This record gives sequence, C-alpha cells and structure tokens, in this order.
Amino acid sequence: MRQNHPSVETVAAWVLALLWLLPLAYSLWSAFHPAEYATRFDLTAPLTLDNFARAWRQAPFARYYLNTALLVTMVLAGQIVIATLAAYAFARFRFVGRDVLFALVLVQLMIMPDVLIVENYRVISWLNLLDTIPAIALPYMASAFGTFLLRQAFKSVPNELVEAARVEGASSFGVLWRVFVPLGKTTYIAFGLVSVSYHWNNFLWPLIVTNSVESRPLTVGLAVFGAPETGVDWSVITAATVMTMAPLLLAFLLFQRQFVQSFMRAGIR
Amino acid sequence: MKVNTKSLLTAGLMTVMSLGASVAHAVDLTMYYPVAVGGPVTKIIDDMVQRFQKENPDIKVEAVYAGNYTDTMTKAMTAMKGGQPPQLSVLFSTDLFTLMDEKAIVPIDEIAGADGKAWLESFYPAFMENGRVEGKTWSVPFQRSTIVLYYNKDAFKEAGLDPEKPPTTWAEMAEMSKKLVKKDASGNVSRWGVEIPSTGYGYWMLQALAIENGQKLMNEAGNKVFFNEKKSVEALQYWVDLAAKDGVMPKGAIEWGTLRTDFLEGKTAMMWHTTGNLTAVKEGAKFDFGVAMLPAKERRGSPTGGGNFYVFKSATPEQQKAAVTFIRWMTAPERSAEWSIKTGYVAVTPAAYETQAMKDYVKGFPQAVVARDQLEHAVAELSVHDNGRIYKIVNDSVQAAVTGTQSPQEALDSAQKQSERVLSRYK
Amino acid sequence: MVAAVMSAAAPGTARRRTWLTNVNAWLLLLPALVLLAAFTHYPILATLYHSFFSLGRSGPAEFVGLDNYTYMLEDDVFWQVLRNNLFFALATVPTSIALALLMAVWVDRKIAGRTFLRLAFFTPTVLPMIAVANIWLFFYTPDYGLLDQFLKSLGFSGHNWLGDPSTVMNCIAVMVVWKEAGFFMIFYLAALQTIPPELKEAAMVEGASRWYFFRRVTLPLLMPTTLFISINALINSFKLVDQLVIMTKGGPNNASSLLLYYIYEVAFTFWDTTYAATLTVTLITILAAVALTKFVYLDRRIHYQ
Repeated sequence: MRQNHPSVETVAAWVLALLWLLPLAYSLWSAFHPAEYATRFDLTAPLTLDNFARAWRQAPFARYYLNTALLVTMVLAGQIVIATLAAYAFARFRFVGRDVLFALVLVQLMIMPDVLIVENYRVISWLNLLDTIPAIALPYMASAFGTFLLRQAFKSVPNELVEAARVEGASSFGVLWRVFVPLGKTTYIAFGLVSVSYHWNNFLWPLIVTNSVESRPLTVGLAVFGAPETGVDWSVITAATVMTMAPLLLAFLLFQRQFVQSFMRAGIR
Repeated sequence: MKVNTKSLLTAGLMTVMSLGASVAHAVDLTMYYPVAVGGPVTKIIDDMVQRFQKENPDIKVEAVYAGNYTDTMTKAMTAMKGGQPPQLSVLFSTDLFTLMDEKAIVPIDEIAGADGKAWLESFYPAFMENGRVEGKTWSVPFQRSTIVLYYNKDAFKEAGLDPEKPPTTWAEMAEMSKKLVKKDASGNVSRWGVEIPSTGYGYWMLQALAIENGQKLMNEAGNKVFFNEKKSVEALQYWVDLAAKDGVMPKGAIEWGTLRTDFLEGKTAMMWHTTGNLTAVKEGAKFDFGVAMLPAKERRGSPTGGGNFYVFKSATPEQQKAAVTFIRWMTAPERSAEWSIKTGYVAVTPAAYETQAMKDYVKGFPQAVVARDQLEHAVAELSVHDNGRIYKIVNDSVQAAVTGTQSPQEALDSAQKQSERVLSRYK
Repeated sequence: MVAAVMSAAAPGTARRRTWLTNVNAWLLLLPALVLLAAFTHYPILATLYHSFFSLGRSGPAEFVGLDNYTYMLEDDVFWQVLRNNLFFALATVPTSIALALLMAVWVDRKIAGRTFLRLAFFTPTVLPMIAVANIWLFFYTPDYGLLDQFLKSLGFSGHNWLGDPSTVMNCIAVMVVWKEAGFFMIFYLAALQTIPPELKEAAMVEGASRWYFFRRVTLPLLMPTTLFISINALINSFKLVDQLVIMTKGGPNNASSLLLYYIYEVAFTFWDTTYAATLTVTLITILAAVALTKFVYLDRRIHYQ
C-alpha cells in the first residue's frame, strides 16, 4: 500500500538524489555551453564542444590519458600478482613467522603510503626513479588490502577441490593457477575496480614525484592546468574536469551493478 | 627500469614530434617556468622556444610549465633534491637567497662570456637589484612586473568621476571608491570600489603599501625584516580599513586568481594587480579601462615582481653555455618587446622600448608603459633567506588581518616573531 | 622460480616437507615483503629516526634529541592544523554516516526509481577529488559562484565562502560529505542485506512500527558496520588533503589547513624535511591509535566469519 503513492520519504529521497547530482549536472552544463552561459541558465543556450577543443589544445591531455592508463594498469597488474602470491601463502601454508608477517602486512592498512610522502620520496629518489610512472606506482604495488581480501577468498576454497587437483598431478603453483585464481574471480574484479578508481583519482603522491608532462597523470595535469592564476576561463576548466572524470564515470554508468557490488564486497571484510 | 619505461612511453606516442626530430649532439636543456597571469602564456612560451630551436638546431629546450611561482620553485627544488635538477628555470627573482643557500645556482657573470658584463648592464637597474648579491649577478630578468592600478573608466563616468583622473593618493582612492560602490535594490553591493588581492601574493601587496608609507620590509643582506614597524602596521591598517571601515572592498580574503575576472565582470571598479595581466585584461575587457601607478601616501611606489632566469650549478659547462645562449635570445630586445606585448609584463631592457613593434604598440595602447614608468619609484621585492617560509608567514598574517581574525598589529607582531625565529639561523 | 621450487614439493621426510613448505611460503611472500619493507616499514622507521636530527642545510645533520619536538609544540600552526583536523573529522564523519545510513535504508527498500537513486548517491565516490574540488570551487566563488547567485536570487547578500576563516572549513566539509556519503552507503547496504527478512515479517506481525523496528532491530544490528565506517572515515579525514591544493592552499591564514597538507608544505615547499618527519611521527601516532581500535574490533569479526 505504501508503495502505491509517493510517500514523503520517496520525495525526500528524490530531492536528495537530485541535489547529489547537481554539481555533476552543473559541470556538464558549463562544459558543453559557451562561456557566457557558464552562470546563466537558459534552455536555448547553444551546445558546443569548443571548450573541450580549447582544453585539449592548451594542455597535453592525450599524454596525460596515456600516463594515467599506464599507471593504473601497472599498479593493478603488480598488485594482483603480488597479492595473489602473498594471499596464497597466508591462506594455505603453515610456516614459521606467519602471524608476525601477517601483522607486518597489515601495518600498511593503518599507515598508508599516502602519509609517508617525505620518506618515500627519499626512497624513490635513491632508486633514481623520480619523475617516472613506476615511481608513482611502486609504493602501492604491495597492497595489504588486496592481500587481505584474497586471503579471505582463498580460505573459503573447499579442500576437496585442492585435493582433486593434486590427484591430477598439479603442483602447488598449478593448484594456485587452476583452482584458487578462477575461484577468486569476483574478488579480483572487486579489488580491481576499487584499485583502478583509487589510482585514477590519486593526486598528492603523483604531484610530488612527477615533474614533467611525460609522467604526470591526469589529476596532476588537471591541477596544473586549472591553477587559478592562469585565469583559464571557467568553461574550459570544467571541460578539462569533465575529461578527467569521463572514462571512470562512463565505466561506472555502464557497469553500475558490478561497481556497487564490488565496493560492497571489498567493504565487507 | 626508468629508461625502459620512458622509451616504452615514447614508442607508444606517435605524436611526440620533438623526439623524432632530435638532432645528433644536441645539447638538451630542461627549464621549469611558472605562470601567474591570464592568457595563453604556455602557448607563447612554447612558440618562442620552437623558434629558438629552429635558429639554434644544436640546442634543445624542454620548457615545463609547473604551476604558480611557489609550485615551480617546489618542483625545481624537488627535482634537484632528487638528483635530476633542471639546467635552468624561471623562478621568483626573490628566491635567490634560498637557491644560494641550497648551493643550487651559478652566478651568471661567470658563464656569460666575454661581453657578458655589457649584456647584463643593458637591463633596467631596478630589475637587477634582486639578482645582485656579494658582488655577483645570479639571475637574469625575464617576466618582470610592478603592481599597477587598473580602473574601469565606464564606472568612473557613471559615478561622476573624471575617467582620466585615477586616484593619486591613498585618501583619494578611498574617497573615490566610496563613490564607485554600487548597491542593488535590496542593499547588496553589486560593484565594489577597489580590490587588493590577499591570497598567493599578499606579501607583495603589503610591501607596496609599506613602501608608499615610507617603510622598507627587509634589509639588503636578507636576514632582517621590519614587519611590525609602526609604518608597516599603518599600511596593513589602511588595507583592512578599506573593507572594514570604508566598506569599499569585500571582506575576507580576495583571490589573486579570480580578481581579474571580477574586474572584467564589473564586480569591482578598480583593482591592484600585476602589469603581467595587462594583455589578458585588454583582451577580456568589454569596457574602457585605464592603468595608473599605485597611489601614494608618503611617496609613490611598488615593489618589482616576477621571475628571473637562473642557471643551475649541476649543469655541464656545455649546458650552461647553451642556457646562456637561450636566455640571451629570450631577453633580446625584439623578443622582450614581443613578450611584453603579448602578456603585459614590463620589457626588461630599455632597448626593447626602442623597437618598432613596441613603439607602434604603445602608440595605440599607452597603458602598456605605465608599469615601466613606475620603475623609477620601484623598490626591490621582499627577498630574504628561506623566502618561501617568510612569504607564507606574511601571507598568513595579511589574511588574518583582512579576515578580521587578528588586528593588523597582532598579525604583524606574530609575523615578525615567527620570521625572526626562522631567520635567526642566517645571522 | 617459485614454480620450480614448488613443484619440488614431492614426498620426502616430514621434516624436509616442513622445511620446503617454509621456503615456498617465504618465496611467495618475498615480493610483497620487499615492497612493504621499502615503502612502509623502512619509511616509518626512517621518519622516526630523522625526527631526532637537525636539518643540516649548512653542514652535516646532527643529533638534536627532542629539539624538533619542542619546536613543534611551540609552533602555533601545528596546533592550528591539529585543531582543524579534529574539527574536520567531527564535521564530516557523523554527518556522512548519518546520511549514508539514510540513503542505504531508502535504497534498500522498494522505493520508486531505486536504481537511479543508488546511482545518484554513489556517483560522487568514483570522481577524482581534484575534479570535484574544481567544480565546488566555482560553487563557492564569491558573487558569481552558483551558491551566491542562488542566495542573491533569494535576496540575501553574497559571501566570500572560502575567503572567510569562519566558513571555509564548513564549506570543505560539506563537499567531503557529498563525496563520501555514497561510499559509506554501500557498506550499510551490504549490511542491511544480511538482515534476514523473516525478522521484519515477524515484527510486522507483532504490529511493530517501521521506526520501532529500525530503532530496536536494524540499528543495533548495524552497529559493527557503523563502527567500521566511523574508523574508515576518521582515517580518511587525516589522509585526504587533495582538495586543499585546489581550493584554498590551506588558507586563509591556515584556517583550512590539515595536518598532512602542512607536512606537504613543510617538506616540499620549505624543504625542512626533519621537521616534516617530526610532524609525520605525530600523524602516524594518531593513525596507529585509530587503527588499533579497528584491529581489535576486526579480529573479533574475522574470528566468527
């Protein structure tokens, strides 16, 4: 009965949702309209792609896209391989020092590389990697979070499956590859989505370790581009902002369900 | 690993023409530079660099835009600490002490060659002031400025003021501002009288006011500051009163970056800003505007401002030589004139104003020389050891005062105390 | 290499087997441990170490004992950013949690347009903070920003939102709540779905009102989730400073600066790395304290999972 007519709650939920979409809607408005309509709302305002063209011309966004794409791929690939191996060890091996090592891994959950900028900068510089994409990626390569999630997933794999694979003559590594990895698929997707959106959006650390166009990811490129001093006009900045968000936003809109479920899965530990 | 990634990246990028066109035995230079004003400044620089490379095929310059002045200094220092310093950079002329303390740069006169002295003599002396310490010249003026007063002539007419008579004194500016304030039906201000920016470069504006009030803010050795002297406090008081007492300026911090837009949108009738913004204002203004020297209290005056070229110590002699070639090219009269016309910055040599292009430009747009003419009243910009930190301290105090968190006296007392703590190491 | 060693795990003596298992496990963990050591453990120790030394700008770094800490305790800006950070946490954490809960309860029901609502609430989460800050910056711009235009159309006067120390923190907090609430909603949603529907049916039969059921059944069952989210949100409030770079640079007069941003400034603008290390030790201590609470609680949950 309650569902038949919109209750106060339904209205409230909708109001809040529209309010929540307002900033995004506004940025789209200003990105797709000429500058003089940036603060004026007129349904007859002409649509234009000019702001995008100008932003694209004024800064090397193609390069930034490439850098970000390389960065998230590199981080994700590294994280998955490293976390899989580590999680396998924690989930399936009894060995000396296991609990201590696990605690050492968990340290990263509380003290993230994000706050160790000063010393990590020293390490990266000592490795002579400053101003490269690996420099942005390395501190995040070993992911305690990923290890943790995968360990949970691997722990729940039934022993019978492992035994069956063994009987067929699979090595430990073969078991990992043929049994655990396929069964961890949903966890991988979940972790992957969380990781990609985190590193696509990451800013402070890349800002510190990159100096040149060749290594700057999108976020840093956008920040440098949109610095208010330059007085680049507002519509162009929003166009650049929209370009920065677009790939992730589109992916999210297309795979909404997977995203939400992944974040859920990654959240319940 | 690094080499691999880099080559991998470049292989994937077919549009990077610069690498494809690299010439054998070319000297590579990396240069960081800041942008602090409006307009397509990065394009202008890129274009100049391209032409330089065409004329000098044996030198390759990678010009990297790194944000505002502070960001650029941060980047240059970060790169240097990380063992990959640029070979040259455009940085605050006032970062000199910091760069010297870090042993980062070489004196220009040591690498400028035989006729270097004559070349360095060709610049406006006011712009050389910040670059000369211990009998050596450490930097070359490039994007240099003074603060000027921009005013909206249409607003002046509307308020019954003579559009050819901008304020010449502090008192006049306050009085005229009161007439220029416009309110809408519900009593809200729709146009302010004057705005002085207080974010980013608040120390610079404070210094202008202090100079006009007859007060220096630092000594020449760069290890002593005079922030809470009576006249410094008066200077800040005047600024604060424009908002708090006279009601002609908005309360709270005024953004350096958006102020130009405020002026162009007619939200304020006058603004104090760098002359480096002149061309951007000219392009954007839909009304008649004038440019004037800053008004006087005891005297006229403005600090100089802006960026100089520095050459880094760690560059090879070959690179240093190439850097000087590049700097000489960039500051040659024709280029200096072009740069001034395209941005509004003061051309750094008198010779630039003798070029035909500049003469023609000034004829049609006399506003272009106001900042240069102001040079005779100009004073070297605040420059001390640990400059970045001192700037932050002063900026914080200025903001504390304009937002009403502290009185000007309290704010500057605190700035003086903190600065002395920082500077005690350099005595 | 790993594969080779592991395939050698053939039958042998029990001791040999244990030994092999150990080697296998350690080899599997090696890459993770090396990286963690280089970018988490070593930096934590190095931070602590450097905090006891002088900067050594003109000469070698010297051991100075607690000098840097004394300097920190006398540094007004340090106390201010610490206060700011606490205020920021108090302003964002409870609000975003309350909103998240509300959203989750709505979206969990068969409400009209459920998918759309969930989408709307969650979208800010996937956007980069830098982009978000750019958009909100224009909201808050005095006079012609969206907020001022709206207020003016209602006849109020404009306000310099980010330039006024008394409003700047709140403005940023609102933005962060907007960005984070949808993220926390997800956790609640996950938790709500584990509540058996029979419970609700039983309650309905008993004639309990929805509010009563929510207060007496749902809310207590969500307690662990709430605790979990609170801790995450708290940690976030200490490590999220991207927006400051775009919106305020910590100003006016440090009114919006946060601890991590101050560390960034001290380290990379002033190049006072030892003082930055000292500040980092403080931040690490805070995070560790928060996280310990989390692990005590997490361990309990892992136990019965």
